[in-house]
Amino acid sequence: MTVPEMLLPLFFAAVGFVWLLIGARTEEPEFGFHAFLSAAACAAAIFVIFNRYFDRPAEAPPQEIDGKPNYNFDIVRFAVIAALFWGIAGFLVGLILALQLAFPVLNLDLQWIAFGRLRPLHTSAVIFAFGGNVLLATSFYVVQRTCRARLAGDLAPWFVFWGYQFFIVIAGTGYLLGITQSKEYAEPEWYADLWLTIVWVTYLLVFLATLWKRKEPHIYVANWFFLAFIVTVAMLHVGNNLAVPISPYSSKSYVVWGGVQDAMFQWWYGHNAVGFFLTAGFLAIMYYFIPKRAERPIYSYRLSIVHFWSVIFLYIWAGPHHLHYTALPDWAQTLGMTFSIMLWMPSWGGMINGLMTLSGAWDKLRTDPVLRMLVVSVAFYGMATFEGPLMSIRSVNSLSHYTDWTIGHVHSGALGWNAFVSFGAIYCLVPWLWNRKEMWSLRLVNWHFWLATLGIVLYITAMWVSGILQGLMWRAYTSLGFLEYSFIETVAAMHPFYVIRAMGGALFLTGALIMVFNVWKTITVGEEVSSVPAPAMVPAE
Amino acid sequence: MSLWNKHKLIETNSIFLVLGILLVVSIGGLVEIAPLFYLKSTIEKVEGMRPYSPLELAGRAIYIREGCYNCHSQMIRPLRDEVERYGHYSLAAESMYDHPFQWGSKRTGPDLARIGGKYSDEWQLAHLNDPRALVPQSIMPAYPHLANREVNLPAIADHMRANRTIGVPYTPEQIEKALIDARAQVNPDGPDADDFLKRYPKAQVRNFDGNPKAITEADALIAYLQVLGTLVDLKLYDNKANLR
Repeated sequence: MTVPEMLLPLFFAAVGFVWLLIGARTEEPEFGFHAFLSAAACAAAIFVIFNRYFDRPAEAPPQEIDGKPNYNFDIVRFAVIAALFWGIAGFLVGLILALQLAFPVLNLDLQWIAFGRLRPLHTSAVIFAFGGNVLLATSFYVVQRTCRARLAGDLAPWFVFWGYQFFIVIAGTGYLLGITQSKEYAEPEWYADLWLTIVWVTYLLVFLATLWKRKEPHIYVANWFFLAFIVTVAMLHVGNNLAVPISPYSSKSYVVWGGVQDAMFQWWYGHNAVGFFLTAGFLAIMYYFIPKRAERPIYSYRLSIVHFWSVIFLYIWAGPHHLHYTALPDWAQTLGMTFSIMLWMPSWGGMINGLMTLSGAWDKLRTDPVLRMLVVSVAFYGMATFEGPLMSIRSVNSLSHYTDWTIGHVHSGALGWNAFVSFGAIYCLVPWLWNRKEMWSLRLVNWHFWLATLGIVLYITAMWVSGILQGLMWRAYTSLGFLEYSFIETVAAMHPFYVIRAMGGALFLTGALIMVFNVWKTITVGEEVSSVPAPAMVPAE
Repeated sequence: MSLWNKHKLIETNSIFLVLGILLVVSIGGLVEIAPLFYLKSTIEKVEGMRPYSPLELAGRAIYIREGCYNCHSQMIRPLRDEVERYGHYSLAAESMYDHPFQWGSKRTGPDLARIGGKYSDEWQLAHLNDPRALVPQSIMPAYPHLANREVNLPAIADHMRANRTIGVPYTPEQIEKALIDARAQVNPDGPDADDFLKRYPKAQVRNFDGNPKAITEADALIAYLQVLGTLVDLKLYDNKANLR
């Protein structure tokens, strides 16, 4: 038995014991459910580790076979499947929420699925569950390939994968049961946060240890972005979530920061969840998958250096643009706005680096729907990172803030950029991982592309109109100097746009379901890459 | 351009790369967050601000549990239409005891920073039970279960202790009397009402849900809503002395 195979069950036994203790003593049924679920997961983990030990060959898997690295792709396959599963779940919950806003009767008077509890389930499912698993899959794939080394650790990568899935389950069931600390995109309570910290540090160590094993002298640019994403998310997560539980036997805690300082901490975290989770991590995907699929090198090496350092330096400052005209001191708002506008430049630098990589290969956009998806994602990235600085200008923000414009902006980034680049990466990865020539059907990829694009266009145009309309109605005055509209009139005016938005969401979900079907067909009946090498050319006599 | 070659140092050494990243991503946060803790002008000097009463604090926990912050902001901006619609713009001092803050980011429903006293308890209760009975075009979910469920009173002292640990100035006496105070706030004719009001000036002492048999979650939530934005005496607030 290896040392981790002995220590990890001990760790799980200790954690499981603590959870049993908590479960026996807590008076909150919701927390008790989480306690016993955690204890059961610990028991399952111990069983799986021992079972694996008895089933596995005596030797650890070789680092190389025939001089080629023996990559660990099992973990990548699991993460791809998990991403598909959580993606569908997250998009579906989003559609339900959109319908609840259009038709409030769909809240069904049930506390567990009322909008207020369901909304964090949607945001967490798409960002952290879908996006997070795409990042796990791509980072573990890219770091091995570009280092020409097998992923470091034997149990550690599995601990990261299953530990992360368990965090998602605890977070998601918690929201439905009313367990939340009410910090947007950081809703999970203290115990889930602690668990995620352990998992995340292990993730960082696995990634770094693989870099240390590399056969290539240089660390490839995609890995810089993955590293910045992992390191910075750890910093943000710990800083924003420091909290004191009211008792070890309660799920409820109070965040250490209060009022205006907490607001600043929250949006330092919140905007950089966008900046590092949804941008740095996904730019890493761009820097690997677009050159691979286009079979062209990255457009500019120097631009990627400038892009990398400027984008991670500037992003951290942008948080206060979420707090314009609030009780946050003006100097902080001005700093946030200034840096948000400057952020436009590195963002577009990165977009140019991605798009211009297609130099000499633009014709592939006509024939390859996967590459088209990747390239359109970069175009959406450019659009969202232009709209963002625009909305961070205080006078624009005075109109857009609190309205659906923000929601539309987020979705042009999340659907157009993050989801599309993820879909493109999945369409590349599935044939590579399951040893298939290509996806089962490129026609279905094409259908996915157009349905999803149409869905996004419906979504963001509906939100532009509703957001700007509502912002203008709130500030409209009659000729006599009275406010023209009551608040409820501005709510009623949103209805048609909420219906259009739901239609857009339905199209987007349909596209994703087509993708899942296509992936399933590729894995089960896709055409295999023949392992017999092509016959060597023989010169004509 | 030899500077470009220097980047090789970072590119070939993962520890330099990690340290470089940590350095670069720390600066912005340090500059923007740290001064908020020592610049005295960050939180205005006001009269009347106090920590939440036990029942209000329990109501705030329900507000958070149901995710009200997803659709309701508690931050009135100093813009003409907002001040006319909702009242005096929000001060940092008014949320100084909020852990975490509840400023929100979206107004699917109206701002609630000064909702206290705008509507009667009866209106709030009926609206929580069935929003569309009062406002036909409302898209808010209904919360009929709140009036049927008793609030978890024994835990309130724990809530207050955790708040005290992180700097909310609850006195040991307030924590000790938490249960008595929670009951006193819904019983204006009871023997403890006067003591309670000494500990929590300007608190509203009423039976909020009109049901004297039990202290329900509706009692707690309405008590919280009715205190929002009412504590600071804005007539005494000196705008000029608090320029930031």
